[in-house]
Amino acid sequence: MSARLKALLLVLPLIVFLGLFFLWPLWMMIATAVQGGTVRLAFPQTATAIASWDGAGPPPASLQAALVRDLRTDTPQERFGDAVRTLNSQQAGFRTLLPRTARAVREAGEADAFDLVALDPRWSEQGYWLALKRSMPAYTDANLLAAVDLKRNDEARIEPVEPDFAVNRAIMLRTFVIAGQVTLLCGAIGLPFAMLAASVTGWKRNALLIAVLLPLWTSLLVRTAAWLILLQDTGLINQTLRALGLIETPLSLIYNRTGVLIAMTHVLLPLMVLPIYASLIAIPRNLMPAAAALGAAPLQAFRYVLLPLAMPGLLSGSLLVFMVALGYYITPALTGGAGDQMISSVIAFYATGTANWGMAGALGLFLLVPTTVLYILYGRLSRTPLVQT
Amino acid sequence: MRDLDPFIHFEAISKVFGTVTVVDALDFHVARGEFVSLLGPSGSGKTTLLMMLAGFEAPSGGRIHVDGRRVEHLPPYKREMGVVFQNYALFPHMTIAENVGFPLKMRGVARAEREAKVKRALDLVRLRHLADRRPSQLSGGQQQRIALSRALVYEPKVVLMDEPLSALDKQLREHMQLEIRALHRELGLTVIFVTHDQGEALTMSDRVAVLNRGKIEQFDTPSGLYDRPRTRFVAEFIGETNLLAGRVAQRQGEAATVVLASGGSVTCDRAGPFETDSEVMVSVRPEMLHLVPDAAAPNALPVTVEDHVYHGDHIRLHLAFGESRLVARAGRRDAAPPIGSTAFASFAPGDCALVAP
Repeated sequence: MSARLKALLLVLPLIVFLGLFFLWPLWMMIATAVQGGTVRLAFPQTATAIASWDGAGPPPASLQAALVRDLRTDTPQERFGDAVRTLNSQQAGFRTLLPRTARAVREAGEADAFDLVALDPRWSEQGYWLALKRSMPAYTDANLLAAVDLKRNDEARIEPVEPDFAVNRAIMLRTFVIAGQVTLLCGAIGLPFAMLAASVTGWKRNALLIAVLLPLWTSLLVRTAAWLILLQDTGLINQTLRALGLIETPLSLIYNRTGVLIAMTHVLLPLMVLPIYASLIAIPRNLMPAAAALGAAPLQAFRYVLLPLAMPGLLSGSLLVFMVALGYYITPALTGGAGDQMISSVIAFYATGTANWGMAGALGLFLLVPTTVLYILYGRLSRTPLVQT
Repeated sequence: MRDLDPFIHFEAISKVFGTVTVVDALDFHVARGEFVSLLGPSGSGKTTLLMMLAGFEAPSGGRIHVDGRRVEHLPPYKREMGVVFQNYALFPHMTIAENVGFPLKMRGVARAEREAKVKRALDLVRLRHLADRRPSQLSGGQQQRIALSRALVYEPKVVLMDEPLSALDKQLREHMQLEIRALHRELGLTVIFVTHDQGEALTMSDRVAVLNRGKIEQFDTPSGLYDRPRTRFVAEFIGETNLLAGRVAQRQGEAATVVLASGGSVTCDRAGPFETDSEVMVSVRPEMLHLVPDAAAPNALPVTVEDHVYHGDHIRLHLAFGESRLVARAGRRDAAPPIGSTAFASFAPGDCALVAP
């Protein structure tokens, strides 16, 4: 028992660390994405009153009075601001309407009934009240829907957002396409490279492996910056090509998709090479000679013996590269153009640019789910080795 | 007869790695249907020789003919030889049936025919019931038989085996030796078998090439090697032997009288190429050496019994003959002479061989 306790104490820091810096933020992110609480917090009495209004017909006077009472309460500025922002994302106009109404309500005497419509005719519009009602539930799917370019209309039915605002799906798709392209490129370069590294011995093998590992030990930013220098119009590659007379005008290798793919492939290549290499050196030495002796020409031996045996490595490498590529942010931001930004940059925009944590969380969730699925797949693959000794 | 049909012909074949000559200008023939072992200690060049025949090593010089065709420029997959590797080299990602069917698939044999041939090949080693297993689910002996059946399935002209039984325990090894011999007879295969185990080579082969430092010491039938070793290396490497240093005193046709360094003289019926006055070793197998009471027996050497050791099926006698030590085998029913007693060790002139010192 005491031994168990000691063991538990030893792993306690790890558990605390994971809980505090991994699970809790993750949970908070998911919670923020579905919480509709900002409006409810700022307008508690309205929340109660609006629950009994069915959304058909005009808002009853009691509801209007509840809103006026809420506005008269001294709500903290920050909380009020959050609520206004959330409401405005549901119905443009709240940004001006609410502060104006709040000011007017506070200036008016407490005794009198306040006529909202008289202050601003917008309060007679059904849409504003419906937006208010929709923002009231403790949990909302608004952010999740918005993350995939959907919204609830006035009848609470799900419908696509206006084409002008529908960008998330395209960016999400682009993210998966870029991650897929990078995975293919890494596989196309990584497999032959790993085969070469596994086939030589001594210093040649060491040199090849260090060539792969070195970038892994270098800062991501440094590597990306190096590509900026190499790929720009007056960079090393363009200058060399021009000096050789192969091209007249510089190739545009950076600030476009080409640049993103080159830089990301380079950064992620080790994640592809190492698992393939590991599966290749696990292949018993005499299998390839045996295949040749039994009549397999080199291509046949590759197709029927080497490739199937390297497949677990190739698959785990691909999953690893794909998963990591999905979350790339800095590299596309530095080497890509406006049309090459990935979903992470949109998340960063919501998180740091507009402080819309709900949207950031929702988009993050859409990134987390496929990554988790792939990770589970990866775990399965790396646990079932084909070559048993 | 055999030499009239040189099915495999090594012609001045050699292999040099850097400054080391591993195979040194070898010339020899293997006849169709023959079971030939390449026997030698590690580093003798036997595996290199096999690898050159299989196509994994390019000869540094010389030629290899198989069935009248030069093969040394052909890649392994065009040589049409069945190879059985030391550690079986079964493909772990394929079933047993897929493993055995692999050579057929590589040759574009249609599925139906392939399946029939795989069944037949698995029947040869009596393992048809394991067709759907994976190699990792089989025991070492079973894997070895699958490797064998895979090498035989496409009916190759030659089957090469590189120490195929070395990973098996003794009992299984002896069983597999008999099984391989039976397959060789049954299918009329030409087999080249590499081993460092002289017992294995003697039991299985029609002829054995004893290799040492890249050269063939003797290429002979098992009984030829054992009874008539031509070199000291062969006499010592094959079985056990007593070597007595001496000098040829006189030749009488094939026979010779040898004056021994430890005193006395013996006659030997097969003197080989040794002229009068040449330094030689007389090789006598322990079971040819008999303890007799008097000096009247042929080639009687005065000895002192130093020890006798019971071995179950025989008794080993350790004898001192002057400066030399001799070993004799006595039958288990013979009374063991007391330690310290003196007697004479005798052998028939036909039971010895002369080799160079």
